Amino acid sequence: MKSIKSLLVGAVGIALAATSLSGIANAGSHGWEPTKPVDFIIMAGKGGGADKMARLMQAIVEEENLSNRPLVPTNKSGGSGAEALVAAKNATDPDHTIMVTLNSFFTTPLRNPGIKVDIQTFAPVGRMAEDTFLLWVHKDSGITSIGQFLTKVKAEGNKWVMGGTGKNSEDNIITDHLNKQYGLNIKYIPYKGGGAVAKDLAGKQINSSVNNPSEALGFYEAGTVVPLVAFTDKRLPMFPNVPTLGEVFVGGKQAPWAYYMQRAVVGAPGMSEKAQAYFTDLFTKVYNSKKWQAYKSKKSLMGEFMAGDELKAYWTRQVDNHRAILKASGAIK
Amino acid sequence: MDVLIALWQGILIALEPINLGLAVIGVVVGLFVGAMPGLGSVNGVAILLPFTFVIQSFTGGATSPMIFLASIYYGAMYGGAISSITLGIPGASTAVATTFDGRPLALAGKAHVALVVAALASFAGATVSNLLFTGFAPLLADVALSFGNPEIFALMLLAFATFVGLGGDDIPKTLFSICFGLVMATVGFDIISGEPRLVFFDLTGFTHGIRFLVLAIGVYGIGEMMWTINTSRTGTNMSKVEVTFASVVEAIKQFKQAWRGTAIGSALGFFVGILPAAGATPGSLMAYGISKMTSRRSAEFGKGALDGVAAPEAANNSASTGAMLPMMTLGIPGSPTTAVLLAGMVIWGLQPGPLLFTDQPEFVWPLIGSFYISNFVAVAVNLLFIPVFLWMLRMPFTILAPLIFVLSLVGTYAAYMDMFDVWLMVIFGVGAFLLRILDYPLAPAVLAIVLGPIAEPKLRQSLLLSDGDFSIFFTRPIAGPITVIAILLILLPLLKLIRDKLRKTA
Repeated sequence: MKSIKSLLVGAVGIALAATSLSGIANAGSHGWEPTKPVDFIIMAGKGGGADKMARLMQAIVEEENLSNRPLVPTNKSGGSGAEALVAAKNATDPDHTIMVTLNSFFTTPLRNPGIKVDIQTFAPVGRMAEDTFLLWVHKDSGITSIGQFLTKVKAEGNKWVMGGTGKNSEDNIITDHLNKQYGLNIKYIPYKGGGAVAKDLAGKQINSSVNNPSEALGFYEAGTVVPLVAFTDKRLPMFPNVPTLGEVFVGGKQAPWAYYMQRAVVGAPGMSEKAQAYFTDLFTKVYNSKKWQAYKSKKSLMGEFMAGDELKAYWTRQVDNHRAILKASGAIK
Repeated sequence: MDVLIALWQGILIALEPINLGLAVIGVVVGLFVGAMPGLGSVNGVAILLPFTFVIQSFTGGATSPMIFLASIYYGAMYGGAISSITLGIPGASTAVATTFDGRPLALAGKAHVALVVAALASFAGATVSNLLFTGFAPLLADVALSFGNPEIFALMLLAFATFVGLGGDDIPKTLFSICFGLVMATVGFDIISGEPRLVFFDLTGFTHGIRFLVLAIGVYGIGEMMWTINTSRTGTNMSKVEVTFASVVEAIKQFKQAWRGTAIGSALGFFVGILPAAGATPGSLMAYGISKMTSRRSAEFGKGALDGVAAPEAANNSASTGAMLPMMTLGIPGSPTTAVLLAGMVIWGLQPGPLLFTDQPEFVWPLIGSFYISNFVAVAVNLLFIPVFLWMLRMPFTILAPLIFVLSLVGTYAAYMDMFDVWLMVIFGVGAFLLRILDYPLAPAVLAIVLGPIAEPKLRQSLLLSDGDFSIFFTRPIAGPITVIAILLILLPLLKLIRDKLRKTA
């Protein structure tokens, strides 16, 4: 037994040493430094876009010795992020609790007032990017343009199935917009994550999706799925032949509409100003790293770094925007 | 032929000293992480993910870091069985079914046989899986794609069906147990409607749902220990064995009695593993259920059948390799562990997906080669360590009982770092003990809490597709036959009951 124990202690010791040793050299010029591992909450499940991004951030922090204490990721995906929001709100040590957020950061408190979360109490550490959305169909559908898509879907009525991540989520909002703007009757089926949606589109279990480029990239490169339109203001550099919704004429009219997903890091409510300054500095370095910039361009992410009051103002605009969208779709009163 | 050449070159790269060394270290770390209750392969891989950047900076490329993580994954799959057998606490969620017969074997003084059978069955499962993976990866990716929502639900129904017979003869109590598990599985946020359900007393801990491991450690750790204390007040009735390498060799010879369970587990585990929604835990439970159902000595299951150890262990290793398939060929992880591996691959600059095999052969084939090597290393290390693990059984119960208690508490906390889970686990443990006194079977509840969260969304997604029409489960070419078989299996005990009644009256 003794030998087992010592071996176990050894194994755990090696693991801990490996994770914490890497950053000791970088001691403080900020006035505040983490004194223990930082709780890094991910507002989504393992394997999704947010998760991959969070683990990339963690990897960059480790690799470039940016922090003297490791970031420890924990996934809290329950209830479209409600679990994560509540956990951050109730964090016992807000200075050591940060969170990677999606747009559920705006929509979930609107839809679930019961969780009593006010997002303006979170610390605006830094917005790392804005993710983009495209409309995808399977290549075997024969559809190659948004015009054909609208005609076909109109004819199919409610037999046309769109898969998406979660109820009243980003994907649901985009589907609702298509239905309303173009008089369609697409049936929306919620999934647990973008990966499962991508897989079911490739397997022709659903007819279309509005995956992020990062989620659909593998099947796009293999030629299995085809992008029809981008829900952005300008065409994406990676998809120069894919028009934006604003370029589409229906009945001689244009209806520009763009929708983005924030990829931001926030601090738990009650985080001290010094800690917030430390993390903003940390994530500025992550943002400027080669790896992050490479990832950003490869996955068609947009948006510049944003922090502090500028980020808070952005949140206010986003909350107003989402309140209007959710009201229009009847998700909230 | 090209495949064999590519594989051979891959194996040669995996055998390079640095890669082989990493595989050995990875397997040993994985073995101990897997053996710790609560910690499974996902924890091991996630904790050591940052360490792979150190490896990458030495070796360059993504091959060596991936080999390291994959060998941890392998080691943990072997390790899970160890605490399931020696302590009766599942080392990981994938090894729950291993406790069903592994624990009774240990109590009967045959722990070494159970450990050897578990190791060899794991080896067989992983080998079968590796061969299928090597030969048919692109084809199998298409199989995975052809499983939509109705197909996955039909498969989950089949898993339930295999377990109806598991609770013994008392069908009402078995049904109660299944229903209890299903209700527990609905706690938390509903992904279809986005609404919270059954958040008792408004406790935030319930919003993330009841984690399977919390119930499993409660039932098999705390509950089982209280049961043992209750039934044997004078101390443990566990026979102590002197274990030498000779007795291990003797045990290896007994492995042939477990070939059926091994075969069922290897085949079924791989198949369930390649479906992105399922994973190794349902695979091992289904393999156990089907082995029992089809066995001529099904009465021995639950009392120490070697097949009952072999089936889940072969299945969880087979499923683990299987789960790599959707991750590598589709970019879709089939389990939490493969999700972390996928994140690793993205960080190292790879693009998992349909093009990985054609675009990155210099990464893919050494990795597949390392699956074979890690598997050999894992079975060798595991067999060598068996006498060490058996020391645990020589401890007097007065030391063992508190140790199990502490490991249950620490293990539950370590899995998600949540004190709420620890309290819930203790409550489940005490509840399980009381239900056991009343003779309720608990395995069906454990199964229901694993399969419920997979089956329910698939059922509702399917019904959304069909506008509420249940015929969708019968009319689709793959879902149809599976559903029919599942329903027949569920009705089987009923038919037996009617037949017995008729015979008595005749």
